[in-house]
Amino acid sequence: MTDIISEPSNILLKPNRPVGIVGYGAYVPRYRLPASEVARVWTEGEAALPIKEKAVPGLDEDVATMSIEAARNALKRAQIKPGDLRAVWVGSESHPYAVKPTSTLVAEALGATPNVQAGDWQFACKAGTEAMVAAIGLVGSGMANYALAIGMDTAQGKPGDALEYTAGAGGAAFVLGPAEKSLAIIEATYSYVTDTPDFWRRQYAKYPEHGQRFTGEPAYFKHITEAASTILRETGTTAKDYQWAVFHQPNGKFPQKVAGDLGFKKEQIAPGLLVSVIGNTYAGAAIIGLTAILDLAKPGDRILMVSFGSGAGSDAFTMTVTDRILEKRNLAILTKDYIARRTEIDYATYVRYRGKLTLK
Amino acid sequence: MTDVVIAGIGQTIVGEHWELSIRQLARLAVRAAIDDANGLKPEILIVGNSLAPEISHQAHLGALIADFVGLQGIEAFTVEAAGASGGAALRSGFLAVASGQVDVALVVGVEKFTDEVGSSVEAATTTAEDSDWESIHGMTPVSQAALLMRRYIHEFNVPRHAFSKFSVNAHANGALNPNAMYQKAITDEVYNKSGIVSDPINMFDVASIADGAAAVVLTRSECLPKSFPHRQVRIAGSQTSTDTLALHDRSDPLTFNAAKMSVERACLKAHINPIQVDFFELHDAYSIFSALLLEAAGFSKRGSAWELAISGGIEPGGCMPISTFGGLKARGNPGGATGVYQAVEAVSQLRGEAGANQVLDARRGMIQVLGGPASVAITHILEAL
Repeated sequence: MTDIISEPSNILLKPNRPVGIVGYGAYVPRYRLPASEVARVWTEGEAALPIKEKAVPGLDEDVATMSIEAARNALKRAQIKPGDLRAVWVGSESHPYAVKPTSTLVAEALGATPNVQAGDWQFACKAGTEAMVAAIGLVGSGMANYALAIGMDTAQGKPGDALEYTAGAGGAAFVLGPAEKSLAIIEATYSYVTDTPDFWRRQYAKYPEHGQRFTGEPAYFKHITEAASTILRETGTTAKDYQWAVFHQPNGKFPQKVAGDLGFKKEQIAPGLLVSVIGNTYAGAAIIGLTAILDLAKPGDRILMVSFGSGAGSDAFTMTVTDRILEKRNLAILTKDYIARRTEIDYATYVRYRGKLTLK
Repeated sequence: MTDVVIAGIGQTIVGEHWELSIRQLARLAVRAAIDDANGLKPEILIVGNSLAPEISHQAHLGALIADFVGLQGIEAFTVEAAGASGGAALRSGFLAVASGQVDVALVVGVEKFTDEVGSSVEAATTTAEDSDWESIHGMTPVSQAALLMRRYIHEFNVPRHAFSKFSVNAHANGALNPNAMYQKAITDEVYNKSGIVSDPINMFDVASIADGAAAVVLTRSECLPKSFPHRQVRIAGSQTSTDTLALHDRSDPLTFNAAKMSVERACLKAHINPIQVDFFELHDAYSIFSALLLEAAGFSKRGSAWELAISGGIEPGGCMPISTFGGLKARGNPGGATGVYQAVEAVSQLRGEAGANQVLDARRGMIQVLGGPASVAITHILEAL
């Protein structure tokens, strides 16, 4: 009988070769639906609005086109050739096809084919950070020098459902590469995962379903708190050691509460808290917050990011910004400029753009 | 007749217990009650539950819970009377012990709403109504209560804000109760600003349904061990009355006749006037119910219970304290477990162990639980010996 080999006590994920973010890019579509419009149509204006407004993709946009936009911004900052990418991974819960990769389309459009891994990731709102952890592994093992991880969504909100106020569109792309070329070095990641069915969409269903308040304490708060407190404990840090933090942001309330519970101050999460002006961008939500933080962070700043995906799990990352941020930041459009680029639409236009009137 | 006494009490905090199943909830309360009863061994387990077959797809709770709490082999079954199931179970336990058929009875009220979410839970709660004449047409328990409240406001020319003190008092008491779902006081302003649920009922006029379990151990005085550590509390009166399920079948919907009759009969058995009780745990699932039940018990004239509330009469130091641990409103409405929660709370008061919620010099308390809008009302009088 063989002995069971005990695992090392450190449960953090750390690559053998130091890895960081070499380039990052965001994308937010231009259309905005005020939450008051949803309330006007569905509750005669009577509702506590969870956000101000959400971003809505145009008629010719989907996760593929939006991923390409964000990835091009990331490549501009990374200053590498698309052919240097050895992986293009797209995390989303609104992939345009059930069978056929989004990632091949994105890789082709970027010019990253054919010597490349391509694959789509699905883990509700943490598909993007799952792709990032995998990219860290690919680069950290030495198998590749550069890998592209994207989290992007055009979230589906059932008409009249509580989620329709917040189900937004947008996301971000990250080129992961060697630490010595990075604008932020990732020290460690940690993931906390259980089978907790708080939110789901079955095959052929157009809109997701959710367990109402079950999505709160047992799902969002439990997983983010466990992931965050574990990575803080195992890295010997506390909230005070970080200049910035960003948490998955399905609405305004949840990330502010979990941040406060973990000891973070409002100022630490303010730059990354974008949900009230673009909505919940699902697989893009935590990571687009990270792009907004990188847009203003100083060399030496430490950042904690914790995503959450229903089903359920959280990925936590700790990272330190390097001097390279100063030369890279302005090579592509800043996240705040995407947010400022705004065309307000009414509910009827939203219904048309999102294909909610089905004619057959 | 020998006194039937409540020898042990146990309860869980009321709330959304996503991670506990119905059997686990019941076990927590049962273990606490048996420990509190100083080792008495139950011969019968009576379960009060209303919705487990519908929401948890689980009937047959008697055998299920007996097994799970380690009492395999004993007599066990479920008693159902909608929201009054816990009170019905308590009365069944009282009858079993009073009759001499058993020496020790264990009564547990348990309800688990969060095995479902949203409209299916609301649909389940409508099964307590008259299906052919009410629920099939879309009437829910909240809309039933809203009809009564609207009629009350119209009939007695009552200002809308007249009901605020029922909720303010419940939340002030719930704020001190570690087992309450809402441990936070509210102000009149919070009440007046809250959104409408079913006009004229606002968010603070309606108690939140939530998971919970409470248990009591009943025995006769002579069966108590000599070392029994608590002050004895006896069941001095126990009565159930019924009324129509459908509101429209009543000649006067603003009189809760079943509540009135069960109070009168329970007090007759206890040889007291209702006014001789020191507190009244009533079924405040809606603030209009608090008003109607105070009137049915004779503590206020018809159409005027809200004045008793505004004058402070229902507060812990008032002439008739109600909802002393928060009531259904702030402790939470654990459906068919409610009647047993009331018994646990009343025993705490009468033992003088109610902590911050203690009603001074409480010697006698009345507890009353309803199924539907007093389609059934079960009233118990408890007395410290």
